[in-house]
Amino acid sequence: MLTHRVIPCLDVNRGRVVKGVNFVDLRDAGDPVEVAAGYDAAGADELVFLDITASHEDRAITYDMVRQVAERCFMPFTVGGGIRTLEDVTKLIQAGAEKVSINTAAIVTPDIVAQTARRFGTCATVVNIDPKRVPIDEALPRMRERYGSGFEPPAVSTGTDTDGNPIECVFEVHTHGGRKPVGVEALTYARQVVELGAGEIILTSMDGDGTKDGYDIEVTKRVADAVDVPVVASGGCGSPAHMVDVLRQTRADAVLAASIFHFGTYSIAQAKRALADAGLPVRLDDGVAVH
Amino acid sequence: MIGILDYGMGNLRSVQKALQRVGAEAQTIGRPEAVALCDRVVLPGVGAFADGMAHLRATGMDQAVLDYIATGRPLMGICLGMQLLFGASQEGATEASQPVPGLGVLPGRVVRFEEDQGPGQARLKVPHMGWNRIDWQSGTALFDGLTPGGHVYFVHAYYCQPEHPADTAATTTYGRPFCSAVHRDNIWATQFHPEKSQQVGLRILKNFVERAADRPSDPSTG
Repeated sequence: MLTHRVIPCLDVNRGRVVKGVNFVDLRDAGDPVEVAAGYDAAGADELVFLDITASHEDRAITYDMVRQVAERCFMPFTVGGGIRTLEDVTKLIQAGAEKVSINTAAIVTPDIVAQTARRFGTCATVVNIDPKRVPIDEALPRMRERYGSGFEPPAVSTGTDTDGNPIECVFEVHTHGGRKPVGVEALTYARQVVELGAGEIILTSMDGDGTKDGYDIEVTKRVADAVDVPVVASGGCGSPAHMVDVLRQTRADAVLAASIFHFGTYSIAQAKRALADAGLPVRLDDGVAVH
Repeated sequence: MIGILDYGMGNLRSVQKALQRVGAEAQTIGRPEAVALCDRVVLPGVGAFADGMAHLRATGMDQAVLDYIATGRPLMGICLGMQLLFGASQEGATEASQPVPGLGVLPGRVVRFEEDQGPGQARLKVPHMGWNRIDWQSGTALFDGLTPGGHVYFVHAYYCQPEHPADTAATTTYGRPFCSAVHRDNIWATQFHPEKSQQVGLRILKNFVERAADRPSDPSTG
């Protein structure tokens, strides 16, 4: 049976890992190849490289990094961050990434998703969705501007206002690390990008991101129920127990985490053992499943 | 020398480096004439079936592959490369009754996973993406040196249905069991990506390099 993937996310800047790992025996914690090899040996199922290089001109360095990782690490990996055009996608795939994850560009020009899927297949086409709870009175006008005056959000949630009182919210997609609301409704958008050809969704809750309070079960459940492609839960992971929670309570297929691995709070092996102990199908280090 | 066929479908570098890692001399082959010079050939590929066949034809690789296989030397198909060996695929077909023809080396067809698994069953996510178990169905050298129950990396929405059950070397369960590897005479193929399957995958490639045998020549044809 298909196992749940545990995916470390590595931030890379100008070809160097700036947030990714804390292996004791690593000679150079900034070398993407060494870091990837370390995670490979530790039993990670896949890697996501998030390119945070600010300047688009420096992307040649990123392509070179992808090439080196692909040549020396025999495990699957996805590259995201800063993808604007089909040309960017093509360069990453040609360098050896088997999947690319598209974020802002898919909102601005959704056709890039269709183009990527046509050219490289849906299996290589991943879309990042970053939803955040926004009071319905604020978000709905933006959404109606985008989708038409008759638009009704398919899901509502409860958030808190500035005084801490409960308030009715919708899941609005954000860009710029959760700072900019764009009037896109998360479930509607998830269905749209799958229709266009996305073969996987990395769903990062902007309410959960950085909190270490756990994955956002509610939005993950909603989105994973809304589409029939794999969903990677992201944002908020503070412990292996959080991974167990989101995989048990939603149809998410995989869990992504950054900080708990980066700061060495937990190892990949600990995370996978927790999943196995909870009865979830998982690939252990020896490549043999226990369930 | 192992030739990795470059017909414009995806990056071949990881396949090449993985083969080199297990000690093989592996080169990408872009011209059909060069295929005949190889003593092993890998047919890789990602993307859509119809595009794959179109690229094979456009580069003249389709006939070169068929000629190569006829010599009895070993060939390994990976992912789309496995699917292209079969008779036809649903992928890209405008009508279900008219599937897109493949190389036709192995009898059978290529079909899509059904999201709808029937009443009361959980819906299936398509593509099938991630690590899943291979269950061996035959005593093929593909899996020499591995312990049963190992996991390999899959990423695909379509899968092969061989006409002859004996061609199936391994099955994998996703919704229901499907053929995840074939072995027939000099032809090996995997639906999963051995070049992305860490130690298990490298061992399978090593087996292809070291243990795949030429098809015994047929005495009746001399």
